[in-house]
Amino acid sequence: MNIEWYIVLSSLLFAIGATGILIRRSPVVILLCLELMLNAGNLALVAFSRMVGNQQGQIFAIVVMVVAACEVVVGLGLIVAIFRRKLPLDVDALRELRG
Amino acid sequence: MEAVLFFGAAIGALGGALGVVAMRNPFYGVLALIVHLFSLAVLFLLLTSAFVAAAQVVVYAGAVMVLYVFVVAYVGGDTESAWEPIPGQRFLAPLLGIALFVELSIAVLASSLLALGTHGPDVNPGFGDPAAIGRLLLERFLIPFEASSILLLLAAVGAVVLAGRLGTGGVSKGTVRGSSEHSSEAPAERSEDPLTVPSHASGGAA
Repeated sequence: MNIEWYIVLSSLLFAIGATGILIRRSPVVILLCLELMLNAGNLALVAFSRMVGNQQGQIFAIVVMVVAACEVVVGLGLIVAIFRRKLPLDVDALRELRG
Repeated sequence: MEAVLFFGAAIGALGGALGVVAMRNPFYGVLALIVHLFSLAVLFLLLTSAFVAAAQVVVYAGAVMVLYVFVVAYVGGDTESAWEPIPGQRFLAPLLGIALFVELSIAVLASSLLALGTHGPDVNPGFGDPAAIGRLLLERFLIPFEASSILLLLAAVGAVVLAGRLGTGGVSKGTVRGSSEHSSEAPAERSEDPLTVPSHASGGAA
């Protein structure tokens, strides 16, 4: 398969993830959609690395994976803290930080 | 064969992604994301990056998704009440997503990267296997490797601080209360006991 197929698929997945973030209101689902976008970026990185014939893009993808794991840990910690304080799990109801 | 695998995995990845966005119940969303991640691992294998595919399955579909399942089970997978706080958001957001997709595709495909139309140069069989990635990671990219380890440590500490016991003081007070919850009940009993039953208090003291 040509590399452009992978790139088009990756941008499609990224757009789906962005749409999900705009539509959904539950913080858990928003984190899931963030995962979709990060994985689309990973797919593009690996595809470009194959295109160039160089493995450094795969290193980049692994580092992105580490950052995504950190983001999940902190985000889920936030969600658990929100839930423990009996606040609504809804990003439109939690608007105290809004300017 | 490669085309069949690619389109199968692409359909799986797209279906998983759409499932994450469309499922009302977050639990089914997590399951759809697992399908998506496995399909992406197949795509990584097609791109001859075996180590990234293995890490994808082990780290993502294994560890991270278990974390998600635990949190969804803890928080409760109740469905969202209504979809749109802004009127028309349900229709505007997919439009914006389509616009984003078109823009990204134009940006990439209209670039003058001639190698996009090929399937990459021929690589030796060791391309992207764990030995090559490990050598690259520990020799050339040692500093990013160590920086990411520090980042993981920071994230673990941050999660403990954030999700610790409900307290004003953060982690120190939280862990004290959390660890000595059993013993903090005992002093309360002991302070109550002299008022009500003095014999128990003397027995506890003795």
